[in-house]
Amino acid sequence: MVQQVFQGIKVADFSWVGVGPQVARELAEHGATVVRAESHRHPDTLRLLMPIKDFQSGIDRSGFGACYNTNKYGMSVDLSTPQGKEVAKRLVKWADIVADSMTPGTMAKWGLSYESCREIKPDIIYYSTCQMGQKGPFATFGGYGMFGTSYAGYCHLLGWPYGSPLPTINNYSDFIAPWYLCATLILALLHRRKTGQGIYLDQSQVEAGINFLGPTILDYTINGRTQCRAGNQDPHSAPHSIYACLGQNRWVAISVSSDKEWDCFCQAIGSPEWVKSPKFSTFLSRKKHEDELDRLITEWTKDYTPEQVMDIMQQSGVAAGVVRTAEDLFNDPQLNHREHFRFLDHDVIGRMAYNAPAYHLSKTPNHIWKPGPCLGGDNKYVYNEILGYSEDEIADMIVDGVITTDADVTEVLREQ
Amino acid sequence: MTEQPLLGGFRVLDLTDEGGLMCGRVLGDLGADVIQIEPPRGNSARNIGPFYKDIPHPERSLYWFWTALHKRGITLNLDSIDGKELFKQLLRTADFVIESFSPGHMASLGFSYEALEQINPSIIMTSITPFGQTGPYSHYKVSDIVGVSLGGMSRIYGEFDRPVRISTPQFYFQGGTQGALGSVVAHYHREISGEGQHVDVSCQQAMVLTLMNTIEMWDIQKMNITGAGTWVGFMGRTVVKLIYRCRDGYVFTMLGGGGQAGVVTSTKGLVAMANREGYLIDLADFDWSTYDFAPVALAKAFGMETEGTKLIDHLVEELEEFFPTKSKQELFDEAVQKAILLIPVCDTKDVVDSPQLTERDFWVQVDHAELGKRFTYPGFPIQGTGLPPYKPQRRAPLIGEHNEEIYCEELGLSKQDLILLKATGAI
Repeated sequence: MVQQVFQGIKVADFSWVGVGPQVARELAEHGATVVRAESHRHPDTLRLLMPIKDFQSGIDRSGFGACYNTNKYGMSVDLSTPQGKEVAKRLVKWADIVADSMTPGTMAKWGLSYESCREIKPDIIYYSTCQMGQKGPFATFGGYGMFGTSYAGYCHLLGWPYGSPLPTINNYSDFIAPWYLCATLILALLHRRKTGQGIYLDQSQVEAGINFLGPTILDYTINGRTQCRAGNQDPHSAPHSIYACLGQNRWVAISVSSDKEWDCFCQAIGSPEWVKSPKFSTFLSRKKHEDELDRLITEWTKDYTPEQVMDIMQQSGVAAGVVRTAEDLFNDPQLNHREHFRFLDHDVIGRMAYNAPAYHLSKTPNHIWKPGPCLGGDNKYVYNEILGYSEDEIADMIVDGVITTDADVTEVLREQ
Repeated sequence: MTEQPLLGGFRVLDLTDEGGLMCGRVLGDLGADVIQIEPPRGNSARNIGPFYKDIPHPERSLYWFWTALHKRGITLNLDSIDGKELFKQLLRTADFVIESFSPGHMASLGFSYEALEQINPSIIMTSITPFGQTGPYSHYKVSDIVGVSLGGMSRIYGEFDRPVRISTPQFYFQGGTQGALGSVVAHYHREISGEGQHVDVSCQQAMVLTLMNTIEMWDIQKMNITGAGTWVGFMGRTVVKLIYRCRDGYVFTMLGGGGQAGVVTSTKGLVAMANREGYLIDLADFDWSTYDFAPVALAKAFGMETEGTKLIDHLVEELEEFFPTKSKQELFDEAVQKAILLIPVCDTKDVVDSPQLTERDFWVQVDHAELGKRFTYPGFPIQGTGLPPYKPQRRAPLIGEHNEEIYCEELGLSKQDLILLKATGAI
């Protein structure tokens, strides 16, 4: 195998949930050695959420808990114990990078603030990511990306103009923030290589979300306009919507943004009489009668599957695409061509799909080889080979509850 | 403290249109010297609104203001022989080339990665396209709504029986930012090994990466996640409501219990707040740590009624009555104090007025001397110790604004040459 990009880079991953773990994963998938420290007493929330194997709860049964942690080594440690803190320090001493995505103040409580880590390792690179950033009146607001996207203005821009704002149920900023943070982190590594100096990075996930609303924000700060949600319409196109198709709850997106595309579109649907109506003869008139236009288009799309509509439109040079469900994505010929889904055998969950990155590197491809670890699944390797503890010391730490085990999972999480 | 930003001193030649502009924008955020190379009539993204004072003009596009921030701008016709020659000269001092043409177009110009590598062996070429360089969809026509649909995002938003997209485009922003990340990974490798490479980005894949656990939900539980209006829902059934009307707008909250971090304290605090106004008195002493939400969600998803589902329904109903008695600010103030997971649904004005963002010095000022104005822009989402503070390098360029600076001062052309090149359509 080719030399991996981050071979030799070591990460002490104390982060959890969405953003922090994805940043470290990106490095791990390109060769970094990442050790993820977790505790059975306060497990990562994602380990408790669906999907869970065979609908049986369990700390290692969630696909959500596994998916952001490919190629990482899993260790368990209770950082609230004095000896657990010593273990953490040894891990920091070993590491090039410390990862934190806790509510501000949590790492300090464990003796793992940036300042403390720098005393252990003067050139440490340390990243913190949370909803609001490390300072400011709402810095300690906990919560997930759904909260952050609501605060960043997304919900207000999602839904129909006459209806309620809607939630971004994918915690959308969780999938904006990591890319900014990871790119910055990699450059911090190069900076240290050149100068010998570490860097501390403090990310606000809300601010990352706002960056993807830039033009909308400028419309307010420059023009004083507060944009509102617009359903599936777009100021630059008509028709432009998502249309019902043949089948149960099946949909296709179509957009037309030039006269030429409109001609192609009309031909594609067999040039029915109504397309010749003056109501639809110009761009301005189509925009004006957009609701009626959408109804007429649905009259046509409802007799075809979304795949058929996409094929017909694309062959005619019109932008159209199936509204993919998760099931559809697994059968998407383009994603399969790109080898987007990588399948690995997880000890408890079994064969499971993991997402590959959106970028292909021609000379140093990513390599996904290890499923997200079971909690503490690599304790032996980490405590013994990486941290240098003896078998006896490890046994003592298990007895003392420093190395947590399944027995430490609280009652409410274990039953069902 | 470093004097230079992290990518200071590295040069990017940016050939993209709206399909990839965000890549160079992010590299510019990180300090790179980005030269936007536009066709002689200007970049097509200049036609994308909104516009300054609603004047639809190529120098007034706010979309362009945003995505071409930091960059210098030159015009160059890559179809012309002189244009190709100039591009080759620029290539010698470049570290990155970014492009978003249809697959194969760069090769047809004579600028495939292999050709670029001949001229500059350590060059990183980043190609950003809707679906990647090869494959059955690689030449499909696309727009934001088509892209976010083929990437699965519009299906998980909206109603169960009505998908919707975010009202402002995301597809190319995701692809462009993934392009920046891939470029930086390749850059790290080059700094260690001296070797450049080709980075091939698919915006569709970038969208799939945003779907959270949607993929795993199908893979493991054979459930397709869909939108459920203001609720979390599975298979057409609602589980718990997330967005509620309050006196002057909407708030977002998350209810539950058990082992979910923070939710126990939050739900308890929320009930206490409602209690003061006479709501949810029966739950005043309820121990939420015993209330594991996972089985409740499953029961709701399968349409079963249990003690757990009745409790959550009751909670939602009473909160629907309680919230309209308070403003979003009143609710959020107490939420911050008592660690309640509740936040306002902000519109753009609320975002700009946020005391948190102000306190973080998030907003930056950008001079638009051509308009005699200075505008407020969102800043970079990361601050650091050991990093210089974030500062936009310059506003987005006017068409050909830096032609003289680059062609004359750097490449040594005369002003007479520029006139000739302009006349022949090369720049």
